[in-house]
Amino acid sequence: MSMGKEFLTIYWREMIRFVRFKGQLFAALVQPALWLLLFGVAMSSNLDSSMIPTIPGVVSVDYLTFMAAGVMAMTALFTCLFGGMGLLFDKNWGIMKEMLASPMRSYHIQLGVGLGGVTKSLIQVGLIMGFGLVLGVEFFSGFSASETLWAVLGILAFVTVFSAGFIFLSAGMAMRVESMESVQAIMMLLTMPLMFSSNALYSTASFPGWLQAISNVNPLTYFVNGIRYFALGSDFTALGTHYQYTEGDILSSFVVLLAFTGLTFVFAWHSFKTAKVT
Amino acid sequence: MKGNIIEVEGLTHSFGDFKAVDDISFTVEEGEIFSFLGPNGAGKSTTINVLTTQLACQKGTAKVCGFDVKKNPHEVKKSIGIVFQDEVLDRDLTVKETLEFHGRIYSMPRDQRLAREKELIDLVELGEKVNERTKNLSGGMKRRLEIARGLMTRPRVLFLDEPTIGLDPQTRLRIWDYIKGVNEEGTTIFLTTHYMDEADRLSDRIEIIDHGKIIASGTADSLKNTLGKDMIYLETKDDERALVIAKGVPEVTQAKRMPKGLELILSSDGSRVMPSVLRSVQDEGIEILSVKMKKPSLDDVFVHYTGREIRDGPAETGLPKPRMGRR
Repeated sequence: MSMGKEFLTIYWREMIRFVRFKGQLFAALVQPALWLLLFGVAMSSNLDSSMIPTIPGVVSVDYLTFMAAGVMAMTALFTCLFGGMGLLFDKNWGIMKEMLASPMRSYHIQLGVGLGGVTKSLIQVGLIMGFGLVLGVEFFSGFSASETLWAVLGILAFVTVFSAGFIFLSAGMAMRVESMESVQAIMMLLTMPLMFSSNALYSTASFPGWLQAISNVNPLTYFVNGIRYFALGSDFTALGTHYQYTEGDILSSFVVLLAFTGLTFVFAWHSFKTAKVT
Repeated sequence: MKGNIIEVEGLTHSFGDFKAVDDISFTVEEGEIFSFLGPNGAGKSTTINVLTTQLACQKGTAKVCGFDVKKNPHEVKKSIGIVFQDEVLDRDLTVKETLEFHGRIYSMPRDQRLAREKELIDLVELGEKVNERTKNLSGGMKRRLEIARGLMTRPRVLFLDEPTIGLDPQTRLRIWDYIKGVNEEGTTIFLTTHYMDEADRLSDRIEIIDHGKIIASGTADSLKNTLGKDMIYLETKDDERALVIAKGVPEVTQAKRMPKGLELILSSDGSRVMPSVLRSVQDEGIEILSVKMKKPSLDDVFVHYTGREIRDGPAETGLPKPRMGRR
């Protein structure tokens, strides 16, 4: 049996809603830029770059450039973590009943919503990247045109897999819980540790062991590694930490993200299969 | 003669210890308008949810369009249309998009989908609202849109769960017209309602349901005929004795005590029987407190079998049901 195209209908609706809520669309596009602008610039001007040790012969990356990768990652994280929330609305005040009562297999909802979340992430990440370059973020410096293209594709691949992972997670949770409040509580509980135990905003090299252990199971860390590798190269220093990535490191980061996404896919699959809305 | 499009045998459904539906059996003939009439919480929605495969069939069998809801839910889903009790609309999609979305998740081919959209928008007279978002529609328009959506795929049976709940009288009349029109085109209608007049006006056949059990069934007329030609409700100072006396009047075919007063079922014109009933009661020195004579309605049928009136909760206030709608 061939797979139906119904998930494209779900995706179509997701995207209609994305562009139709003008306020939300505006916020989604402007908020990460503001973050980069305010937090990035504020932090950079607090750091005296002459105090930060560098290694002769190794590229030294300024803070704005360093954290731009983190802001891209966090934006994708937030967008997707909250991206499944729409399903809760559908369940309580919308058309979830219609969808579940239809002959469409429920994984189409998951795939459609997932594709929607990934698309939104890609758009946002693309915009931040563009805005960052305008602000003076030094991504792809010294790259040839084809190297830059390769790097952008690499980043997009990481964004796609990471975003899919978190949108499935949030979709699965939305199908399981009853109230808006509980999802919000779970999200809040998740975002902080994910953000602060990762390498998005600072180096994790001097973390105590337990925190480093958390950081090592945090998908955000692997995602940020991927972005930095493609945007900054395999050998650089930032905030006094020497970063060296091999192709193997990045490949395994990618595999970790794939595994994470696989897990959340199964979680969401199961949540949809057992969902009852009557 | 057409065959049965729905066959239910020994259907039972519980939520925890509560038996919402208790061993019911019935059939629906292809082409008819079939109503489930009963008060809120009688088990109507549970039955409809099992028939439309939204709830698992726990016990008994149910076949819709020849497909078993337990063994072949997918085929059942493909052959039916549903209008849910609560409002089930995406507030931010337009009328056209709502139908489009539905047609697409049911995998309708494009040409068929577009043709059907036009046809149905005309049918429910929403032509001027095609590009309006559903949140801007009135309650009646939303209901019409939901009916149109239920018909997108040309289902053989359309399930309507309380189709006019919370709507004003004129809008209800219009919705009834649409339902009749749809039925005349050949779609079987299964509807649940707690409105007597709705069941009376629309249905070919009615099952009255209370506490999860079917308590009476038949056409509206045959149900009312079981209560004779006329009926009298009588309240006296001493109902016990009055009952015995009333039973002695020849035209009184049935007499029984109700929680309040007596119910007398008459075999002939009540305006002629009433004086003799009243006289014989009063002759025995029993004071009469109130008396009411009427033609039997479905309401009386319900009262006759249950001793209660169909009480409508939220609908009576004219307010729509709260939209949270957990079963």
